[in-house]
Amino acid sequence: MAFITAFVRDILSQPAVLVGIATLIGLIALRKSASDVLTGTFKSVMGFLILVAGAITLIGSLDSLGPLLTEGFGIRGVIPNNEAIVALAQDVLGPETALIMIFGFVANILYARFTPLKYVFLTGHHTFYMACLLSAVLGTAGLSGAVLVIVASLILGALMVLMPAWADKTMQKITGGDEISLGHFGTLGYMASAYVGKLVGNPEDSIEDVKMPKGLGFLREPIVLTALVMAIIFIITVLFAGITFTQELSGGQNAIVFAIMQALTFAAGVAVVLVGVRMILAEIVPAFKGIAEKIVPDAKPALDCPVVFPFAPTAVIVGFLSSFVAGIIGMLLLGPIGLVIIVPGLVPHFFCGATAGVFGNTTGGRRGAIIGAFVHGLIISLLPALLLPVLGALGFEGTTFGDADFGWVGIALGYIARLFR
Amino acid sequence: MIKGRKGVNNILRVLAVCGMGLGSALLLKMNIEEVLKDAGIEAKVEAADISIARGPNVDLIITSPGLAPRLGDVSAKIVTIHSFFDKNEMREKVLAALGIKD
Repeated sequence: MAFITAFVRDILSQPAVLVGIATLIGLIALRKSASDVLTGTFKSVMGFLILVAGAITLIGSLDSLGPLLTEGFGIRGVIPNNEAIVALAQDVLGPETALIMIFGFVANILYARFTPLKYVFLTGHHTFYMACLLSAVLGTAGLSGAVLVIVASLILGALMVLMPAWADKTMQKITGGDEISLGHFGTLGYMASAYVGKLVGNPEDSIEDVKMPKGLGFLREPIVLTALVMAIIFIITVLFAGITFTQELSGGQNAIVFAIMQALTFAAGVAVVLVGVRMILAEIVPAFKGIAEKIVPDAKPALDCPVVFPFAPTAVIVGFLSSFVAGIIGMLLLGPIGLVIIVPGLVPHFFCGATAGVFGNTTGGRRGAIIGAFVHGLIISLLPALLLPVLGALGFEGTTFGDADFGWVGIALGYIARLFR
Repeated sequence: MIKGRKGVNNILRVLAVCGMGLGSALLLKMNIEEVLKDAGIEAKVEAADISIARGPNVDLIITSPGLAPRLGDVSAKIVTIHSFFDKNEMREKVLAALGIKD
C-alpha cells in the first residue's frame, strides 16, 4: 500500500508526467483516436525530458562564463535567454510550472468567455515561460502549494487576455485587419516603441520604402546568430579575464578553443531545449485551441510575434539591429552604475526588437522603427537587472528572462508581494 | 488522393518552417493541417526550424518569404506564404504546389 502511495506521489511530482496528463485530457476531450492520444501523450512527456537534457547541456557553459565575467570585468554578468532560464528552473519549479501553465490555459478560456476580453493566447511557449516566472516570483514571495498554483494561474490567464488587448489597436494598423491579435510577452516593449514612434516619427515615411541589401539574409536564423554572438562574447571575456585564469578554468584547454566550444555548447543546449518545447507544445497547443474554439468561438487568436514580420520585413531587421545596439549601450551603462551587467541576449533582441521595429514603423515610419526599437532595447537591458532580486535562487543563474513583460510582471509582483509580508 | 514521393506509407511529409521552429511554425502547422484535411489530403505536418528542413524525406516545405532563400538546395517543393493566419492563401498555394485544382 505504501508502495502505491509512493508511486502516485512520486509520479505526479514529475512535471513531465503532469504535462503528459494535461495533453491526455486535452486529446481525449477532442475525441482523438486512441493511437493519437497515446502518441501525443508520450511525445509531450518526452518533450519535457528533452528540455531537461538541453538544460544539462547549457548549464556547463553558463557556469564557465560567470567566473570569467567576474574575473574579467569585476562584476556579475547575465545573458537573458528565456529557453535557458526556464530549462534550468524545471529542476526545482517543474511541477508548479506545469500546473500553472495548464490552469493558465483554463483561466484564459474563462476570462475570454465571461469578460469582454475575447482573446485566446496561442503562443504556448510564452504561456509556459510566464508560468515559470510566476512560480519563481510568487514562490520566492512565500506562496506555495495550491494557493501558489491558483493565484499564479489567475494572473497568467489575465495576462493572456490583457496583453493582446493592449496591443490590439496597433495590431489592427499593422495587419490592416481585425482577424488576429498579438500573443507575446514583450508587449510593454512593443507599446513603448509604438508610443515613441507616434512622438518622433511620421507614419507616412515607412521604412519599407528603404531598400535593404541582400547579404543580410543570414540574420534570419537566430540559433546561428546566438552561437556567433556568444562566441564573440566568450572570446572578449576570455581576453579580459586573462589566458592564465581561463586555462585554469578549462583544465588546460587552450583559452580561445575553450571560449568557442563553450559558446557553441550554449547554443546547442538552447537548440535541444527548443526541440523539447516544440514537442510539448505540438500536442498541447492544438488541444487548447480546439477546446477554446468550442467554448469561445468568437475569440480572436493571439499569435506569436513573427506573424507581424511579413507586414514590415525591413523594420524587422532594422528593429533587431537597433534594439541590439541599445542592448550593448545599456550593458556599458549599467556596469558602472553598479547593477548587474545585462549582456545583450540575442534571442530577445532578435524577436522582440524586430517586433518593436514593426510597431514603431506603423506609428512613426522609419524614425519610429529605429528609435522605438532602440528604446525597446534599453528597456530589456534594464528590466532583467531589476528582475533578478525577486527571482530568489533562480536569480543567481548566469541567465534570466529576456522579454519585457517577464520583466515588468516579475518586478511588479515581487514588490507587491513584499507589501504583504 | 495525392501520394507522397518519399513519405513513409506514401503519406505526404510537410514541414512548417520558421526561425526558431516554435511559435509561428506551430501556428502554420495547425493551419496547414486544417487546410489539408479539408482538401482530403493525407499528410504528416511538423513544425521545424531551418536545419531540420534540410533533412531527408520531406515532400513539401511551407515557410515565410524571408526564410525561403535560406533553405538552399532541397528536393522538397517550397511554398512561401505571406500570412501565417490566412488559410485561403495557404490552400491556394499548397494545392497549386501539389498540382491539384482548387
